Amino acid sequence: MLRLPKTRVAKPTTVAQAVALLVEHGEVAMPIAGGTDLLPNMKHGLFEPEVLVALGGIKELQRFELQTDGTLILGAGVSLDRIAADERVQRTAPALAQAAGLVAGPQLRRMGTLGGNVMLDTRCQWYNQTHFWRQALGYCLKKDGTVCHVVAGGKKCVAAASNDTAPTLMTLQATLVFEGRSGRREVAIDDLWHTDGIHNKKLGTDEILVEVRVPPRATGHRGAYGKLRERGSIDYPMLGVAARLDVGRDGAVEGADLVLVALQARPVRVRRAAELLIGVPSSGDNFAEAVAAVAEAAYAQAHPMPNIPGDHEWRREMVPVYVARTLHAAATGTGPVHHV
Amino acid sequence: MDARLFEGPRERGITLMAARDQHGVGAPFGDRFQVVGRAERKVDGLAKATGQAVYTDDIQLPGMLHAKILRSPHAHARIRSIDTSKALALPGVHAVITGRDMPIKYGVIPWTPDENALALEKVRFIGDEVAAVAALDEDTANAALRLIEVDYEVLPAHFDPKDALAKPEVQIHETPEKPDRGNVSKHVRLEFGDVDQALEDADVVLEGHYRFHGSTHAPIEPHCAVAQVSPDGVLTLWSATQITHYVHRALARVLELKESRIRVIQPCLGGAFGGKSDPFALEFAVAKLAMVTGRPVKMLWTREEVFYAHRGRHPMQLHYRSGIRRDGKLTGVDAKILIDGGSYSSFGLVTTYYSGQLLTGPVHFPTYRFDSTRVFTNKPPCGPKRGHGSVQPRFAFEVQLDELAEAVALDPIELRRRNWQGEHTHTVNGQRITSNGFLGCLDEVERASGWRERRGKLPFGRGLGVAGSMYISGTNYAIYPNDMPQAGIQIKLDRSGLATVFTGGNDIGQGSNSVCRAIVAEELGLDPDDVRVVAADTDLCPVDLGAYSSRVTFMVGNATIDAARKLRRLVTGAVAKKWSVPENRIFMGRGEVFDLEDRSRAITSREAIQIAEALHDTLGATGSYNTPKLGGDYRGGTIGASPAYSFTAHVVEAEVDVETGRIHLHNCWVAHDCGRALNPMLVAGQMEGSAYMGLAEAVMEVHDINRFGLHAGPSLLDYRIPTSVDTPELHALIVESLDPEGPYGAKEAGEGPLHPALPAISNAVYDAVGVRLRELPFTPAAVLRALRAAGVGPKARAAQQPEGARR
Repeated sequence: MLRLPKTRVAKPTTVAQAVALLVEHGEVAMPIAGGTDLLPNMKHGLFEPEVLVALGGIKELQRFELQTDGTLILGAGVSLDRIAADERVQRTAPALAQAAGLVAGPQLRRMGTLGGNVMLDTRCQWYNQTHFWRQALGYCLKKDGTVCHVVAGGKKCVAAASNDTAPTLMTLQATLVFEGRSGRREVAIDDLWHTDGIHNKKLGTDEILVEVRVPPRATGHRGAYGKLRERGSIDYPMLGVAARLDVGRDGAVEGADLVLVALQARPVRVRRAAELLIGVPSSGDNFAEAVAAVAEAAYAQAHPMPNIPGDHEWRREMVPVYVARTLHAAATGTGPVHHV
Repeated sequence: MDARLFEGPRERGITLMAARDQHGVGAPFGDRFQVVGRAERKVDGLAKATGQAVYTDDIQLPGMLHAKILRSPHAHARIRSIDTSKALALPGVHAVITGRDMPIKYGVIPWTPDENALALEKVRFIGDEVAAVAALDEDTANAALRLIEVDYEVLPAHFDPKDALAKPEVQIHETPEKPDRGNVSKHVRLEFGDVDQALEDADVVLEGHYRFHGSTHAPIEPHCAVAQVSPDGVLTLWSATQITHYVHRALARVLELKESRIRVIQPCLGGAFGGKSDPFALEFAVAKLAMVTGRPVKMLWTREEVFYAHRGRHPMQLHYRSGIRRDGKLTGVDAKILIDGGSYSSFGLVTTYYSGQLLTGPVHFPTYRFDSTRVFTNKPPCGPKRGHGSVQPRFAFEVQLDELAEAVALDPIELRRRNWQGEHTHTVNGQRITSNGFLGCLDEVERASGWRERRGKLPFGRGLGVAGSMYISGTNYAIYPNDMPQAGIQIKLDRSGLATVFTGGNDIGQGSNSVCRAIVAEELGLDPDDVRVVAADTDLCPVDLGAYSSRVTFMVGNATIDAARKLRRLVTGAVAKKWSVPENRIFMGRGEVFDLEDRSRAITSREAIQIAEALHDTLGATGSYNTPKLGGDYRGGTIGASPAYSFTAHVVEAEVDVETGRIHLHNCWVAHDCGRALNPMLVAGQMEGSAYMGLAEAVMEVHDINRFGLHAGPSLLDYRIPTSVDTPELHALIVESLDPEGPYGAKEAGEGPLHPALPAISNAVYDAVGVRLRELPFTPAAVLRALRAAGVGPKARAAQQPEGARR
């Protein structure tokens, strides 16, 4: 078994204490929630924190409320399996429930948290490997090295955002509440991202994600998540597609959004999705035509690279297929799109 | 280069066997079995399920040190020097060893000893073992590894067998005595009959190129070994191995110890599948470190290290040319195979023969030629994985049979029936076939799958495919030549009513200890709970060669009957004497002994054993098994010769998503002729496990080396073994042909049922969408490319868009 490096674990009981610990220890400290991603990464020598600030004992992070105005408040520490199984989430934010239910496998969803998934490190076949392996390679740009191997001799890190829930939260126009040394701030999830595989989030080292707020949506809200992966469980996405449709009383699409993940360093919005779908009836031939057009637009926009394992040309070919399937699933309420 | 023409099957009489080796197919008492044939729980089932089973890594000894291995970061390099002084100086480090401490080469096949426990002059793949450290704990040992300084001269490396052949000047194993050898590990060319003429005489000749990508075993338990040296110098090694006997011999050779001073024990094992059938660096390293430090030493490999240990299925490039007459009869098969061996020989000599020798049934072809070349490359060494050497050619040939059936407008099941070799016959390469239940297997999968009503008639995208195979039940090629038995057994029986069976056989989860228990319970009329099995401990158990080539049930089973029958005669004789009745009136079954003609005269087994112990003194018996003399009369003719062959047929039901290329497997019907199912639950488990493993390596598992020579993903996250949700419904259909030489008629069940899974998928895909898949793996990306090349499903967008529309 790979050894976990020796690390001190601090167990705050409030967010304020956790922030204070991060401030106190600075760069050698890292927050840990479920640990399903961080611990393997530590075993691989990708992170070498001296202090882990454990968030599991903080009650505030377990908030789970549907407010009277329809706002869904999800504490960052809520486990993915609870989100997937919760009737309120399934009803008001189906794409999120579906995505949470497709993260990894059952054991990992029980330990893994929503906050951990949103804050997930980017992934790459040249990076998520043991220290021995990376040393034999000569390391890579993201950790300990000077070149990117995705494209031979590359100078920019293109590790892939691999968080299933993030694109669904983008389609849902969620905001994230962070707390740091200078207090709380709310950030639209769209504004969280950098297009940089090394650090793909705009975040201070003293900041902790406290909760995710999903604003209320009109009754015609429909959503779905599509996940491409090799196995029917465990695997990270090779492509994730989050779709939102707002369907009016007359059945026409009034609002639409489409965000893809696992292609590049950040989740990517398909720019023409809304333009092509708004005003179109949400079923029938016209809808199918519009969906096909969105699928083509997504294909034109998506350029997956050989960053994560799997054939990247095939991943690109799967973009229009999964976009179309996910939009249809959203319209008919039959998500998620998954091969098993 | 063993080219030689073999003149068809030899005319010869029935081979005479020692009575010791043949025990008939019937029950020992009367016409009904008491234990055999029942679904009995495995001897270690509860211990495993409750976590009580002791695996090698569970062993903790007082003062035990922990060892780690330094591995090469280069695919091919000469070692100029190694400086271990800084590592040795680290507090907590007890010893550091290198190749110089164990310079004697070894290899599981005695003719090809090309491995060093730790590299001596060269490293030959990324992950090759260079040095080992023993320290107070794992972290200290790991820290010490980082302080070892190795000066390498990096050499050009080969990752492609064709390159390795084309550029022999970069030679992976230097052979100054044979300068022409280049990177050829083994070449075998054998021809039986006039193939060229036979192909000329055929009405249709089909030719095809097939590719097998290579896969690994991925046992859930990583390799682990613990060594201890007693104050009087006896070395004990506990190891997660499936070949205690060969490890015992290899340790003696490399460590220059007498075999009598070494004890090797295999604790409970968490899977092997052929991946633990070589001696490994960790076994030598912990032994040497225990000798140097005087303390017990353990080494547990990481998952990554298990991928480097590998010995997995060889990648092969296979070319087949087969002829068929219009009446559906095959005329000849001509094969040329390039085998990527990786960096060491391992079982490669046998693999090279097996790639040709094991194809000659259940379908008969009157002429045959194969030309197989195994080549060294700078990759983790390949070796034997479940279905050793024959899964790859079987894949190619069974797909080509499907193509041949289509060419002569025959149903593929009918084609196989028409060319069935028959029973009690010889193959074209001179192997003796005894029982053969292949037709029964075809009948079963045809019936269960609804073949006649459904094949070719399912909606587009969904199809059925069939394939068949044959596999050995042990081999009479005993790795090192000797005249001693291949399997030995010892049984102790005493007044407590308990029988203790001592077997050198390795139970690697296949249930061989349970088979021993069932046979002893059957023969001695005991309740199975009153039989205990002590296995795979070289101090306590008679020699058995190990768990490989599907030999254990057949060989150890026969040896067990041999020993148990001797004891049975002592017990029945003693009771008969006491009751003054003829011996044939004494019945023993499931703990009771009674007079068949006077049921009121009945005692317990324990009482009967006490009568026997009083009459005969202490009770014990040994038993043995050896194969009859078998095999073709030519060099290599004994490789692939088995006392019995198992037969299998699969039908796979597959659905192809033409948009994604993903193959959804819905059903796999597995019919397997295992002779007699000694324990149908274990047989079905082996059939399902085999089929699962075959399906897995067909559609998901890729053992790939990247452009730097690094394993592309040495983890169970990136090497994707299917989960339960990825596994189709597996239907085990047991066919019992009752082999005249197997124990109660039994043959193997652990490897044969894997083979047809891969070609049956390809054939099902053809039925589904009309596209032939000749190259493994069938990942969705590869399948989608094949579909598009054939014009099936939506076109690639790249082709639809005008030039310049893509970046």
